[in-house]
Amino acid sequence: MTHWLIAPVILPAMLAPFIVLAARYHLSIQRVFSVVGVLAQIAIAIGLLWAASDGTIMLYQLGDWAAPFGIVLVGDRLSTMMVLLTAVLSLMVLLYAIGSGWDDRGRHFHALFQFQIMGIMGAFLTGDLFNLFVFFEVLLIASYGLMIHAGGNDRLRAGVQYVLFNLLGSTLFLFALGAIYAETGTLNMADLAARADLISADASVGIRVAAVLLLLVFAIKAALVPLHFWLPSSYAEAPGPVAALFAIMTKVGAYAIIRVYTIIFPPDLEVTQGLHDVWLQPAALLSVALGMIGVLAAKKLDRLVAFSVIGSMGMVLIAISMFTPESIAAALYYIIHSTLAGAALFLIVDLVKDSRGSLVLRAMPPVAGATVTSALFFAAAIAMAGLPPLSGFIGKLLILDAAFASDMQPLIWTVILASSLIAVVGFGRAGSTVFWKAKSIPVDDDAELAMPPGAMAYAAVFGLLAMSVALTVFGGFVHDFTTATAAQLFNPEPYISTVVDTPGKLSSPTEGY
Amino acid sequence: MEVLVASAIGIMTAAGLYLVMRLRTFPVILGISLLTYAVNVFLFASGRLTIGAPPILTEAEVYSDPLPQALVLTAIVISFGMTAVVVMIALGSYLGSNDDRVNDPESVAEEDVT
Repeated sequence: MTHWLIAPVILPAMLAPFIVLAARYHLSIQRVFSVVGVLAQIAIAIGLLWAASDGTIMLYQLGDWAAPFGIVLVGDRLSTMMVLLTAVLSLMVLLYAIGSGWDDRGRHFHALFQFQIMGIMGAFLTGDLFNLFVFFEVLLIASYGLMIHAGGNDRLRAGVQYVLFNLLGSTLFLFALGAIYAETGTLNMADLAARADLISADASVGIRVAAVLLLLVFAIKAALVPLHFWLPSSYAEAPGPVAALFAIMTKVGAYAIIRVYTIIFPPDLEVTQGLHDVWLQPAALLSVALGMIGVLAAKKLDRLVAFSVIGSMGMVLIAISMFTPESIAAALYYIIHSTLAGAALFLIVDLVKDSRGSLVLRAMPPVAGATVTSALFFAAAIAMAGLPPLSGFIGKLLILDAAFASDMQPLIWTVILASSLIAVVGFGRAGSTVFWKAKSIPVDDDAELAMPPGAMAYAAVFGLLAMSVALTVFGGFVHDFTTATAAQLFNPEPYISTVVDTPGKLSSPTEGY
Repeated sequence: MEVLVASAIGIMTAAGLYLVMRLRTFPVILGISLLTYAVNVFLFASGRLTIGAPPILTEAEVYSDPLPQALVLTAIVISFGMTAVVVMIALGSYLGSNDDRVNDPESVAEEDVT
C-alpha cells in the first residue's frame, strides 16, 4: 500500500494551517511556501500518474480499515490525470496571483488557496460517496473565502448568491446520499456498484430517485443549463486568479458524473435507463447553445468569458452523455483543454481590467501592455472557440467523431458547429472592440499611464497557453492516454475487486471475538 | 411513527423552500437552515427507524444503524459552519450596500453598461 496516494490531500492540509499560524504577517514567506507546496504537488501528481498509467489501481485504506467499512482513496488513470491537471493549473494561477499582487489585496489568500487544492484533490481521489460530499464542502468553504477575497460590495453580493446556491446544492447532495444509503446500505462506490446491480426492476423507485438527485447535484457543479445561474455573476465578480482556479471546479462536477455513472450506474444498468440520452444530452446541447449565444450577447468581457465556460462545459457534457468509450476519451481530452483555455481567458480578463477600469465592451483608450495582452487574448480565444491550430480544435474534432455512433448525430453536429461559429463571432467582436478600436480613441495626455502588468503575470498566462499548444503537439499521446482511461472506466471489474477484496484490519476476526 | 417523521421532513422541506424563494438574505438563510434540519432527519431515517436499540452489534436481536448517526453528525457540523459563513458574508454585503436582496437588482446591472 503506497502512502503517496494521500499526499496530495495531506500536503496542502498541513501547509495551510502552517501559513495561517506561522507566516501570518509575512507575505513573502507565504508565497515561498505556497509555491514550493504546489511544485511538490506537481511532482507527486506526476509520480502517481506514472504509477497509474500502466492500468494499476492504487488503493489507500485510511487506518487500514477494509472497504466498505473504512474510508478508501483510489487512484486510477482518471483520478491521477485530474490530480495532475489541478496541480499544474494551480501553479500557474498561483504565479499569476503573486505576479499581479492579488494575494496582497486581502488576507489569507495562500492558506485558502491550499485548502481549496486540498478539497479538489480529495474529491478526485476518494472512493466513497460521503467523502466526495465532505471534500466538496472543503473545496466550497475555501472557495467562499477566495470568492470574496479583497472584498467590495459587488463581490460580496455575488458571494452571497454563490454561497446560498451551493448550500442548496449541498442539501440536495445529502438528500441523494440518504436515499442511496436507505436503498443499498452502503456509500462506498465499489460496493455500491455490486449492490445497485442486485436491485430488482419493480423495487427501483428509491434508487432511481437517488440517481437523478445525484445527477442534479453534479449538474449544478458542472453548471449545466438550466442549473447554471450561479456561474456568470460569481465567476465574473471573483478575483481574476480565483476565477481561473474555479475553471477546475466545474470539471469536478464533470468528473463526478463520469465516475459515478460508469461505476455505480453504468449505461447498461436497467433501473437508470434513459438518464444519459433522454435527460443529460438535451441539457448539454442547450448549454453549448446558450453558453455561446451568451458569448455573443455579453456586454462585459468578464461575463463573456463566464458564458464561454458554460459553453465549454456543455461541450464536455455532450461527449459524456453519449457514454461510449470513444466519447468519454474525447470528453477527457476536452476537459484538459477547456480547463487550460478557460483559466487563461480569466487571467487575461484580469490583465485588461487592471488598466482599463471597466470591462464594458465599448471602445476605450488602449490598455497598458496592449500588444502582448491582445496577442494572448487572440490565442486564448482561438483555443476556446475551437479553431485550428490549438487544442480546442482537436477536442471538438474528437467529440464530433465520437458522435458518429450516436442516433442524435445530425443534431449534435448542428449544435456544436453552429455554436462554434457564434463563439468565433462573439470573441471576434469582443477582441476588436477592446483592443483594435482602442487605437482610434484619442488618449488624454494628462491621464496617468497605468503600469503594464508584471512579467510573472504574463509568464503564467503564457504557461497556460503553452500547455494548450503542447496538448495539440502531443495530442496523439494524450488521446492514447484518455482512450486507455476510458477503457479502464468501462471495465470497472478491476476497480471494484481492488477496493472490495483488499484485506484490512478487520478482515479476519481477532482471537476471542 | 413513520408518518410523523415523513411529514416532519416534508413540512420542513416545503417551508424551507418557500423561505428560500423570498430572495431576501434573512428569510433565505432561515430557509436553508430549515432545509438542513429536514435533510438531517432524512439521513436519520435512512438507517431505518428503531427505538431504544443500541447503536452497536451486541447479543441483542435489534440494533440501530450507527452509520447514519455519524453521517448526520458530519452534516450538522458542516451545515452549522456554512450557516455562520453565509451570515457573515450576507451581513457584510448588507452593511456595504444597504440592501439585502439576493438577486441582482436591475439598477446595478444597468449602471454597469451605460
